[in-house]
Amino acid sequence: MKLDDVFGIHEQALRLRGQRSEVLASNLANADTPGYKARDFDFQAMLRKEMQPPVRLASTHSGHIKTDSAVVASTQMGYRIPQQPSLDGNTVEVEREQTEFSANAMRYQASLRFLDGRIKGLMLAIKGNG
Amino acid sequence: MSSFKIFDIAGSGMNAQNLRMNVVASNLANVDAVSSSIDETYKARQPVFKAVFDQANLRSPAVGVQMAGVVESQAPLVREYAPQHALADKDGYIYRPNVSVVEEMANMISASRAYQNNVEVVNATRQMLSATINIGR
Repeated sequence: MKLDDVFGIHEQALRLRGQRSEVLASNLANADTPGYKARDFDFQAMLRKEMQPPVRLASTHSGHIKTDSAVVASTQMGYRIPQQPSLDGNTVEVEREQTEFSANAMRYQASLRFLDGRIKGLMLAIKGNG
Repeated sequence: MSSFKIFDIAGSGMNAQNLRMNVVASNLANVDAVSSSIDETYKARQPVFKAVFDQANLRSPAVGVQMAGVVESQAPLVREYAPQHALADKDGYIYRPNVSVVEEMANMISASRAYQNNVEVVNATRQMLSATINIGR
């Protein structure tokens, strides 16, 4: 067993949850900005993509721009379809963003709990029962 | 770590809503500020927000908010005939600001709710981070 595999899916899940809370926080902060479009990304699709072995362009020159798969690119972000569009072009629906934010925070804590369990298991294996 | 950006974002949101509260307060405070000419009369103000993208990384999903400016209401001023008033002009008229108290109250509630939303975001993020710090303990 490689040490990298210990955390399994939870490491990526935690990182994506963190990024998603950033997006949702931006939506909530811009709840009154005219013309602002609420954004989000498909968590499941992103996680599936993260779990696949990354396909990267070989960088053969120091000037090549590094592709960082860990960051959700703006191309993977979607715009929310509002239930009730407002006159000023803002598509943030505060109630929805709030529930999404707290659900996301909850799931972040769940991923953390899983990671915590793995770490505790490892500690037990290292220290023994003494 | 990216989660620290959330504090900046929510902070910018709180700041913007706080400025909006200030504008509402000045509108409400000046509701009875009469004067003797159109130009001198207080006009209701409204803040306009704009999204602030991360300049270092324009593709970043983190978007804060700031006040782009304050616009004055174009609604007509209330012209009132009051020849006994100390500030009446030569024709006996005074001008009252175009502040709509009902509108301002609704605006105030909206601003304070939006402020609370941002506070909630900060609290939830703080809990998430403190749980992260304590991982494996």
